[in-house]
Amino acid sequence: MIEIKGLTKKFGNKPVVEDVSVTIQPGSITSFIGPNGAGKSTLLSMVSRLLDADTGEVLLDKNDVKQWKSVEFAKRVSILKQANFINVRLTVRELISFGRYPYSKGRLTPEDEQFVEQAMDYMNLTDMQDKFLDELSGGQKQRAFIAMVIAQDTDYVLLDEPLNNLDMKHSVQIMKILRKLVDELGKTVVIVLHDINFASVYSDYIVALKNGKVVKSGPTNEIINSDALREIYDMNIPVQEQNGCRICVYFNSH
Amino acid sequence: MRNSTKLIILAVVAIICILLYGFYDIKGGFDYAFPRRMMRVGAMIVTGFAIAYSTVVFQTITHNRILTPSVMGLDSMYEVVQTLIYFLAGSMSIWVLNQYLNFAVAIGAMVLFALFLYRFLFRADKHPIYLLLLIGMILGTLLGSLVTFLQVLIDPVEYLSLQNRLFASFSNIKVELLYIAIVILLIAFIYGYRIMGQLDVMSLGRENAINLGINYDRLVMNVLILSSVLIATSTALVGPITFFGLIVANLSYQFLVTYKHSIHILGAGLMSVIALVGGQFIVEHVFEMSTTLSVIINFIGGIYFIYLLLKESRAAG
Repeated sequence: MIEIKGLTKKFGNKPVVEDVSVTIQPGSITSFIGPNGAGKSTLLSMVSRLLDADTGEVLLDKNDVKQWKSVEFAKRVSILKQANFINVRLTVRELISFGRYPYSKGRLTPEDEQFVEQAMDYMNLTDMQDKFLDELSGGQKQRAFIAMVIAQDTDYVLLDEPLNNLDMKHSVQIMKILRKLVDELGKTVVIVLHDINFASVYSDYIVALKNGKVVKSGPTNEIINSDALREIYDMNIPVQEQNGCRICVYFNSH
Repeated sequence: MRNSTKLIILAVVAIICILLYGFYDIKGGFDYAFPRRMMRVGAMIVTGFAIAYSTVVFQTITHNRILTPSVMGLDSMYEVVQTLIYFLAGSMSIWVLNQYLNFAVAIGAMVLFALFLYRFLFRADKHPIYLLLLIGMILGTLLGSLVTFLQVLIDPVEYLSLQNRLFASFSNIKVELLYIAIVILLIAFIYGYRIMGQLDVMSLGRENAINLGINYDRLVMNVLILSSVLIATSTALVGPITFFGLIVANLSYQFLVTYKHSIHILGAGLMSVIALVGGQFIVEHVFEMSTTLSVIINFIGGIYFIYLLLKESRAAG
């Protein structure tokens, strides 16, 4: 279980994340939502030890994230950030194989190869496994990185706006795969999302941040209603029910 | 062509260069000339691999293909140390006459300087890389000016002796240091064998490397110390050759398509041997010593450096 306790981070004098406490429910998708600059990505970075918190702590199975050995932590929690600039030429398969590094240190066993194959299969990348990353479109590249994280086979998968650069078809595809990871393989997914409707349709829990603080958190149906959304976004957002999904119609609100 | 084929070709060319340099036009006694030539070849191989190795790993931890330890001012630090020693203790002091002591002081100072740079590199995600480059160049210039200032103050005879130490020269290699340099290089390779995989992961960028369980900050510091020791070794052996690492590392990236550091270090190392031994052969037998190899290397390297800068800025813009 991941518990976030009283986490604070300041850049200069400006607090970006302020006294945030959240518990991530295992075996579910939790979405972090909120306006730009709310501190969602910073929070995710601290949970995944990419960034040190000023005060507060993140516990994985009751142990402080900083106390974990890097390699052991990498077998439990994976993180994928938005911008992935790489200056070496890698094929899709090579990139995904890196996901097995915490287990095999670069020398893949047959079992590792199996995880790689499976991850490629999941992300529909088998056909382009020998292509170089710089030959791919933004969306294909994004899928390759997500496949790397899937090959890493961690209990917790943290994703920072994975739908960036993706068209509707691939966004839906990726959200469905994340759902599958949770429902079939029992993983826990924590995801920063910009599009509130994806959060509404696919996540089990939502944590809403604003100015570095948690303004709302709870099961999805408690957050996706006009009252709560007004508090989060300062907007009047009508919510409509469509085939059992709650859709926020914010396009012409005021 | 496969990478292994390319490496074999490089190795064959390197061996041809070595044989050519060793056997071509030996005048006087073979027994006299041949061991001396081989000693020089040995020094060139050690220097070549040390520079190639340090540059490739340095570029990985800085995520930049224009930065080299030399461009960041590590070479200048060597000049400062030597000049200070001559200035404070003089050319007849034990600090100069005892090669090992001199070498130890130079390595120590360069490692300290690298750790100082690390404080900037450490925040590389906040500082844009060109700021780092500027800091390095400014420090290099500052140290260079300091050197000049001290040099005009010291005795002219001392200065001549100092200059001998500061000019890169393959004709005047400090053989006593060769054995200790070989030992250092071997230790560096043994350590390198353990971190090669981690360096490969490093190429995915800081965040992905941490995600995959790399202890990022510690690895950056260790590699920085490693590359400053290697540069110190090669500089002590033959003197500073600033742009050399830049050329061989980038040629290797172009020639060998792989993310594996072991292959790039081997490739860049072999290219170094070809360039140094082949180049020295040309200097001795074609130019008949009318110029020195370091002049040629810095001339070609400087042009290549400008080419890379232009290419990168075009890619960025």
